[in-house]
This record gives sequence, structure tokens and C-alpha cells, in this order.
Amino acid sequence: MADKNEILTGLAEIVNEETGLETEEVQLEKSFTEDLDIDSISMMTIVVNAEEKFDVKIPDEEVKNLSTVGDAVDFIADAQG
Amino acid sequence: MTATLNQPIPAAASRLMGMGAARGDQIVDNEQICEWIDSSDEWIRQRTGIRTRHRAAEDVSVVDLAHQAGAEAISAAGLDGSQIDAVLVSTVTHPYATPSAAADLAHRIGATPAAAFDISAACAGYCYAIAQADALVRSGLARHVLVVGVEKLSDFIDHHERSISFLLADGAGAAVVGPSETPGISPSVIGSDGDKWGAVSMDGSLLPLRDAVAEVRRTGDPSPLTAPERTLWPTLRQDGQTVFRWAVWEMAKVAKRTLDEAGVTAEDLVAFVPHQANMRIIDEMAKQLRLPEHVHVGRDIAEAGNSSAASIPLATHRLLQEHPELSGGLSLQIGFGAGLVYGAQVVRLP
Repeated sequence: MADKNEILTGLAEIVNEETGLETEEVQLEKSFTEDLDIDSISMMTIVVNAEEKFDVKIPDEEVKNLSTVGDAVDFIADAQG
Repeated sequence: MTATLNQPIPAAASRLMGMGAARGDQIVDNEQICEWIDSSDEWIRQRTGIRTRHRAAEDVSVVDLAHQAGAEAISAAGLDGSQIDAVLVSTVTHPYATPSAAADLAHRIGATPAAAFDISAACAGYCYAIAQADALVRSGLARHVLVVGVEKLSDFIDHHERSISFLLADGAGAAVVGPSETPGISPSVIGSDGDKWGAVSMDGSLLPLRDAVAEVRRTGDPSPLTAPERTLWPTLRQDGQTVFRWAVWEMAKVAKRTLDEAGVTAEDLVAFVPHQANMRIIDEMAKQLRLPEHVHVGRDIAEAGNSSAASIPLATHRLLQEHPELSGGLSLQIGFGAGLVYGAQVVRLP
């Protein structure tokens, strides 16, 4: 279990490792595709690494609903229950 | 009194004896692709690693490509066609439901009356066929088996479609499998996941085309065949994200299991040749497998594109041409694709 700030920090580290983006750029309101320029393949790598890091399942059909960093943080927090 | 049955005398082991390749001679670059889809050379390279893809001329058939690759493999094995007693062709683009491409190929290479059949396992087809050839040789049912992975995918794409068509290529890769005193092919790991049957597939069956032709003949109205919203000739589609996730993380597990079954580690390999689906998949798989520096990774896709069942033998053939010193070393090969299906084994390179 992690709070949303911890999830954001962890997610930012994953995004940094996949794309080289600075962790500070990964903010809740940022869109993965529009603002962070993350393509669908990188997104899937981020999703799988997030599943491992936060011990949650993010189904394929859910990934398309995660348009912003905040969406992903909320989903992970809910999935952790 | 019950008579005693004969059973085939098994071979101690099997190995790859020689390989062959045929590539479509038309080189399609990303500029050409961008005349069909709204994209750019940079976008395509970044997402797929593909610079060009080889496609065959209209009048070149699947069996023509298979013949060229097969003849080279037989010659490289030091054999002639009459010594081949089984011909296995893996393909999903032979445009006849029957008869098989393999029977035609067997005849063309002078192998008649060799056993001959096709295998439909898409991008895993070559590894499925190597598994089958290994079993035929070691059981004693066949002595020399010609395996060909061949596709003419350009006949089954929609140039304007964005999910998969721009990746695809034509070509054939072949190997001869024969008996050996020492093991040259590991236990194969082959499997399927039909739950994802639609993740990579044709966008329909051929039956609506038959029905539309019948309707046109009956009514004289050509619109069932010509209406723009009716795409009656089935072409390939994929759900890229689902396939990427499955291909990398599930297939990395299969690759690791294959090494375990073979009783070797990544350190023992000289090469890793995954299906040439997308450079990003290849790179991510290599990362997941933590391959040592000395392991050469097949990256034929950059110039050749994705040729489904042909991609592993084509990439292996290229590696052996560029690095002949790899001959005799161990290569982990893994195919995965429409079905979904997968197949993998470790082979000693000829």
C-alpha cells in the first residue's frame, strides 16, 4: 500500500527509466501522449513495470482509459484498495 | 499368435544441417509507406525500427520463394532433393486452402514421394516446424526434413491500414534437419492462447466474398463488390498494445523456460533470434532476458521488415552470413504470433 504521492514518485521513476524524461515533469495533470509524448509501446512498458512495482493488475482494456498521470495514480491507488 | 510389429528405428539426436534464404526483391522504404498512411520515416523507425521491408513481385508465389530458400538449404546441407523425405512448409499466405504448398515444393525440389504438409502457426510457424522435424527425425520416421517458413504477406495487407500492414514483408527461410550423434535441437516449448484469438488476425473470413459474388451474379448489381465500406478481401489487423505486452513479458517467460528445458543458460548462447515482429519487442525481450554482451541478437527487421514464419530463419541466415564464426554455437529462437501461438527451442547453428 502506498499513498498517492508515493505512487506518483514511483510512477515518475518508471517513466524516467523508460523515456529519459525528468521525474519532475511527471505531474498529475500531464497527459501521457500529449504532454509527455509517450507512445503506445512505451506506455505498455510503463504499465507492466507499474504492475510489478505496485503489485496491481492493469488490464489491457484499462490502459486506454489512463490518459493522464493522475488517472494512472488513481487507478493504482484504487487497485491497491 | 500375434505378429510382432516393426517400429521405426529412432535416431540418437537431430540437428540443423544447412540453411537457405529468399527475400522479395522489391525494397519498400518508409517514404513509400507514407504515400499510403499518414506517417513519417521518423515515426516508423522510432516505433518499429524498420527502415525498409522486402516484398516480392506480383508474379512471385509463396512456393517460388520457398523453392529458392529450400534449394539453398539442401545444397548447404550437402544433400540433393532426392534425399529429403519430408517437406514442412509453415505459412499463412499460401492462397490455396488445398493442396498444400509443401506438396508442390517437394515436387519442385525433386523430393517426391516425400511426406509433405503445411503448418499454420503464423509467426511461430518456423519453430513449430523445427519441433515437428526434430520429432520426425528422432523417431526415425524421416531422415532428412526440409523446413521452410515462407510468407507473401503483401497479398494480405491493406496498404492504408495502420496497425500492422506497414510492418509486413515477403520472404522465405529454410533449414534442413537431419540425424546427429550429438543433440543439436533442444526440447521445444510450443503452446497457444486462444483467448487472444482476435489479437492478430484477418479482418474477416472469405465467405462474405463468395456471397457477394453470388449476389452480384444473381442481381446484376455490382455494388456488393464495389461499395467502399465493403472490404471483402480479408487483410491482417492487430491490437498492437495487447500483442506488445504479450510478446515481451509472456514470451520472455517462454524463452527462459526454453533455456531451462535445454539445460543451458544465456551465457552459453552465441545468438538470440526472436521473431522479427518489431525492433522495440526485440530490444525489450533482450533486456528481460539479461543477455550477456557476447550474444548476437537477430535484428534483420531493420532492413527486411516482419515476414512472419520466414523471419527467424531469415534473421539466422543473415547472422551466419555476417558472422560465420557463430556456426556451431547455440542460438535461442522464439516465434510468437497470431493464434496466439508460440514456439521456441535452442538450436546448434549449422
